Amino acid sequence: MFRNVAELVELAESQNKKIAEIMIEQEMEFTGKSRETIIAQMEANLDVMEKAVERGLAGVQSVSGLTGGDAVLIQEYLQKGNFLSGDIILDAVSKAVATNEVNAAMGTICATPTAGSAGVVPGTLFAVKNKLNPKKEDMVNFLFTSGAFGFVVANNASISGAAGGCQAEVGSASGMAAAAIVEMAGGTPSQCAEAMAITLKNMLGLVCDPVAGLVEVPCVKRNAMGAANAMVAADLALAGVTSRIPCDEVIDAMYRIGQTMPTALKETAQGGLAATPTGRELEAKIFGVSLQKGE
Amino acid sequence: MKYRSVFDIIGPIMIGPSSSHTAGAARIGRVARSLFGKQPKWAKISFYGSFAKTYKGHGTDVAIVGGILDFDTFDERIKSSLKLAEELGLEITFTEEEAVTDHPNTAKVIIGDDDNELELVGISIGGGKIEIIELNGFQLKLSGNHPALLVVHNDRYGAIAGVANVLAKYEINIGHMEVARKEKGKQALMTIEVDQNIEAIILEELSKLPNITKVTKIVE
Repeated sequence: MFRNVAELVELAESQNKKIAEIMIEQEMEFTGKSRETIIAQMEANLDVMEKAVERGLAGVQSVSGLTGGDAVLIQEYLQKGNFLSGDIILDAVSKAVATNEVNAAMGTICATPTAGSAGVVPGTLFAVKNKLNPKKEDMVNFLFTSGAFGFVVANNASISGAAGGCQAEVGSASGMAAAAIVEMAGGTPSQCAEAMAITLKNMLGLVCDPVAGLVEVPCVKRNAMGAANAMVAADLALAGVTSRIPCDEVIDAMYRIGQTMPTALKETAQGGLAATPTGRELEAKIFGVSLQKGE
Repeated sequence: MKYRSVFDIIGPIMIGPSSSHTAGAARIGRVARSLFGKQPKWAKISFYGSFAKTYKGHGTDVAIVGGILDFDTFDERIKSSLKLAEELGLEITFTEEEAVTDHPNTAKVIIGDDDNELELVGISIGGGKIEIIELNGFQLKLSGNHPALLVVHNDRYGAIAGVANVLAKYEINIGHMEVARKEKGKQALMTIEVDQNIEAIILEELSKLPNITKVTKIVE
């Protein structure tokens, strides 16, 4: 069993296997379930992700009215062809937003690693798909590779916004996605780890400050930027750029930052964007009264 | 290792918007229901920390009640669980607690009917994963991910060995086990996580053992 990224990379490289394969084998050992059963379960997750992207791209609205419809706008903009940042990045962004808008609308999603950060991994996967033309098996492997890196973060730091801030949610999701993109694009296990490290480094300190306590503002746009971050970091790693701080130490830094982060900035809707005048106004409007009593 | 399966990370399939506040809450409610063994008549739910601050926006209230109604994390009925509970005559009260707890996402669920009552404290640790940390006043650690057996017994020598022997006879493998007692020689609780589902016949045999007062299982 691997406990950190260094061990995960070592296992993969010494056995000349993909990270996805190491994760599948560990799952088989831990659960005693067959490879077929485990793969079928991941295929079911992939299916839910694809349906959520489709639903979001068709246009959804949340109950509060705070989010919805941005995925459609981004896709329309993309179709016009007059964009600046790159078609795969924008496609990934639109699909990440689509998923998270469905989540905000209480639709069915697959938590990856959480619901608030569920957009990044599928968003990048279904965008990269158009470039790399993966087989279904490769797409399922993308999720196992993401899962392997998320597994390390969850056990050594946190994937909960309430415990570690948004860096633990969207930050983890983006790092997981970056690593999986690298593997699907033919990078080495070490390059996957570099991509994860580079991504997470750039998400450190990210607070969890949902307006009105809803998983909408700024969560949906953070999924968008997380997807873009993952795409660029994956390219950096594939180009041979490395992180000066090893991946495990970045994860450890994230854990310690989360520990020292004030409670007001950890999913309590007491600080950050939630506490801005407009944030408070929206909150009061949605709930009739302010959620924050005594303030 | 808090997280042991890749599906703790990629998954669960769930109704949005929050894995810890919605899916985790549904699972805490469902464990309470499963331990109670039947539809309760009333439920008193207390939210602490982040749960208390943001439960309305996250649908934590509808999710935990959905769990008490035995709905899974992806059950569409979660969205209308408060209405469904009312139709079933299930009385629910929510309390926002000010007390600071060890974990920011903590919920206490007390459910009952005319005959029985059960009190459980659960925490939602992220990504939909939960731990049950207290049951009827006993401290315990229960992931809710595996079939588990809860055995209330008298704190006497041989009580644990008796249970272990029955499980061995039926070739049930114990993955995790804890024993807690309120006072030496008084009531105690064994929490046993196992790899396989436990048949009714095994429960029956266990409950007939000396010093065993109650045996409940949580089905996977």
